[in-house]
Amino acid sequence: MGYVIQGETGDWELVIGLEVHAQVTSKSKLFSGAATSFGAEPNTEVSLVDAAMPGMLPVINEYCVEQAIRTGLGLKAQINKTSVFARKNYFYADLPQGYQISQYDQPIVGEGTIILDMKDGSTRTIGIERLHLEQDAGKSLHDQHPQKSFIDLNRAGTALMEIVSKPDMRSPEEAAAYVTKLRSILRYLGTCDGNMAEGSMRCDINVSVRKAGEPYRTRAEIKNVNSIRFMFQAIEYEARRQIDIYEEGGEVVQETRLYDATKGETRSMRSKENAHDYRYFPDPDLLPLVLSDEEIASIKSTLPELPDEKKERFMRDYQLNAYDAGVLVADQESAHFFESVAKGRDPKLAANWVMGDFFGALNRLGKEISDPPVTAANLGALVDLIADNTLSGRLAKEVFELMVETGKAPGDIVEEKGLRQVTDTGAIEASIAEVLAANPDKVAEYRSGKDKLFGFFVGQVMKATAGKANPALVNEILKKQLG
Amino acid sequence: MSELTNLTIADARAKLAKGEISAVELTEAHILAMEAARGLNAFVTETPELALERAREADAAQQKGEAGLLSGIPLGIKDLFATEGVRTTASSKILENFVPPYESTISANLKKAGAVMLGKTSLDEFAMGSSNMTSAFGPVISPWKRKSNSNAQLVPGGSSGGSASAVSARIAMGATGTDTGGSIRQPASFCGIVGFKPTYGRCSRWGTIAFASSLDQAGPMTRTVKDAALMLQAMAGHDPKDSTSANIAVPDFAAAMTGDIRGLKIGIPKEYRPDGLSAEISKLWDDGIEMLKAAGATPVEISLPHTKYALATYYIVAPAECSSNLARYDGVRYGMRVEGKTLDELYAKTRAAGFGQEVRRRILIGTYVLSAGYYDAYYTKAQKVRALIAEDFRKAFETVDAILTPTAPSAAFGLGETNDDPVAMWLNDVFTVPASLAGLPGISVPTGLSSEGLPLGLQLLGRPFDEETVLKVAGVLESAAGFKATPNGVEI
Repeated sequence: MGYVIQGETGDWELVIGLEVHAQVTSKSKLFSGAATSFGAEPNTEVSLVDAAMPGMLPVINEYCVEQAIRTGLGLKAQINKTSVFARKNYFYADLPQGYQISQYDQPIVGEGTIILDMKDGSTRTIGIERLHLEQDAGKSLHDQHPQKSFIDLNRAGTALMEIVSKPDMRSPEEAAAYVTKLRSILRYLGTCDGNMAEGSMRCDINVSVRKAGEPYRTRAEIKNVNSIRFMFQAIEYEARRQIDIYEEGGEVVQETRLYDATKGETRSMRSKENAHDYRYFPDPDLLPLVLSDEEIASIKSTLPELPDEKKERFMRDYQLNAYDAGVLVADQESAHFFESVAKGRDPKLAANWVMGDFFGALNRLGKEISDPPVTAANLGALVDLIADNTLSGRLAKEVFELMVETGKAPGDIVEEKGLRQVTDTGAIEASIAEVLAANPDKVAEYRSGKDKLFGFFVGQVMKATAGKANPALVNEILKKQLG
Repeated sequence: MSELTNLTIADARAKLAKGEISAVELTEAHILAMEAARGLNAFVTETPELALERAREADAAQQKGEAGLLSGIPLGIKDLFATEGVRTTASSKILENFVPPYESTISANLKKAGAVMLGKTSLDEFAMGSSNMTSAFGPVISPWKRKSNSNAQLVPGGSSGGSASAVSARIAMGATGTDTGGSIRQPASFCGIVGFKPTYGRCSRWGTIAFASSLDQAGPMTRTVKDAALMLQAMAGHDPKDSTSANIAVPDFAAAMTGDIRGLKIGIPKEYRPDGLSAEISKLWDDGIEMLKAAGATPVEISLPHTKYALATYYIVAPAECSSNLARYDGVRYGMRVEGKTLDELYAKTRAAGFGQEVRRRILIGTYVLSAGYYDAYYTKAQKVRALIAEDFRKAFETVDAILTPTAPSAAFGLGETNDDPVAMWLNDVFTVPASLAGLPGISVPTGLSSEGLPLGLQLLGRPFDEETVLKVAGVLESAAGFKATPNGVEI
């Protein structure tokens, strides 16, 4: 609970709740058979239903319902066996029906929880208020014509899950960790690709401030935040703005504010007085959505191992610390990659290589783990070569770089380049004898007490053996011969 | 008036099957009748060429022995059903030039059965009205005249007024209607024909322009009960494109008309006989009760205690849904557009110019009752009362097999005879609305004439998805009443 903002009147605490709109991974829309691929030509993925032609009726896409249930189960949430679609009425050019089909007082998923993995290895539990299914609107393009707006209905009718948290977060870090964790869970479940840049995951942030121990004060809702970095900025800016208002004797008004990424500030979009009256009512075109225990159970049986369980297992089975385990389970591919490397090997060594050199290479090359520069099998073989003393740590790093460059197996590289570590005591002894013979003055200095020269001898021996001598053996024999 | 246009669908089918007449002949006769009766303004759009093309196809199918259930039968299609390539207006300016690229399930089903579409029949704008006077394309005139004043033009009722007028005037052998609060049954009663609203969910709503989604239901309008059964047979069925369409097998409706209603209990709800009920209607009803009794059924007085709240409930639920359903007519994608400097101005100008007064009134009422602060008092309360009304019927049907009531509180009124009080107009639906709220099947059968020689109908209601009993009793009532009157000027 460390996060406080210092104001002139004392310390302020932040209260944050998030509404995340996650586009459901599905080939077709929530109530029509139209496709949902990203980046299609404008108005090419629009059915008669999406365009709200007269007499058209929505029919629920069962797959989207399954995806919502799957997500609810992944959030350890209550699945409501009866939920109701309602119309949210408002006029806008990219909302063809004049209403959005959403869920209002009877959502498909009720309360759940999400566990945040903080940087220091600690965890925080955040409450989920609800998850409901709704249609997305189309897109208005205001920059295509001097007077007119253009409308693209490709997105109209696409399925969204609105996932609402409780106001349980107290710092921008927690909000960021929430979005990161939620995205991780959605990706594990395969229910949303979590791509914020393409808009398949969008965040509205509810922010208020208060003095410690106070009840909640008035909140502002910030829209249009499309990256975790911007989320940080938006929250910090908004908190400061509210504190300034209070400290100058003013009152924060409940309103919707828009985040401006270029200016790094939030500005008023509409106040509560101008808020829409959405006139929600149950959509008479759709029957209540009724689920059976069997349907829910059958979906539950297909759930993958989720990040929290996987993390726990990694800590237990591989003796990893919370932080390492947390990093490795953040996405399924990394976890799987690690497990392939660690299987039957020293897990700590495997974790170090995956999280160190391997992740480093991914970042450096800008590659995704789905297209790794070094396969898990090859990285495993490298760990094996370290374990059986074929390679020293230093040599291994060299071999790893060659693996990245060539894509070859470490064994082949070792053979080709002759990088095998020398563990032959005789050969090392001979090499040391040569080095000592070539530097009689240094030997004398060392023996007269200049201990620091030991490193010089090690270096010379390694140089003479082209780095292949086993460093431990070199140390041991050198000490004996110099001593 | 030719002999051909006076045939029932059942008779025409027999003659077509035997080769005594051709579909082209039958269609040509009806096209002539349609042209001759343009003064009734029953059609928004006539499609004679299309009709002849369909008739030729029907004749070819007949030759090959592949004739469908309604092969070669000329029908009117209410202009609320989207018809591919044929202008579909809902009798509204806002859709004046709208040509859908798709066919409603109902009209597609009829097409598949071989029916011939003569054209699109007029209606109250967006099906909102009980007189067909709210159409943007002018009122429809009933072919019936009062004995005392043959100059006064009468309304056909509404909203399916064009269909009722066309079927009554022998322009079409049958027509589709839609019924939200009485829009099939009341005009059927006014025009002396049969109008059948099946159970909600029996006919698909896909491609039918929505008024109030939880109430809208398509049904046939014909001159006999048997014809209604035949037409419904072709229209009904589960449609996966309509989530509220019932996945229930469609029985053989005509076969249900055995003529034997002995032992059936017929409910007579006391709440349908209010103090102000006219003596004429009261007698019509009593006569109907006697006819069913004579046929071996047992009349049972029942109570439907929440009936008095039905109209108020309906006029909250239906406008609420319509306010939302009609939001899509915004001038952005199709239909009328009146340009504005801003998007809001475009909306306001388009909708002000595109919607008539009654439609605007209902959108406003609907918007109001759904608004924050009023929702619970109006919409939520109305839903509760609706459930009570349905419960009244459910209980009644524990003891009775069908319910008999008048269809409308009066005979057809004259154009311009109503005052401007919209509520007085809404009272036309007082006997039809309860069954709509409960989603029950209801049929209007012409059983008598008013003192002015105008047709009057009785309504039979049944259990959900028990259209068979309704048709069986209706068939008996029809035979017993022996209603043979035809509109003035229609020669038989």
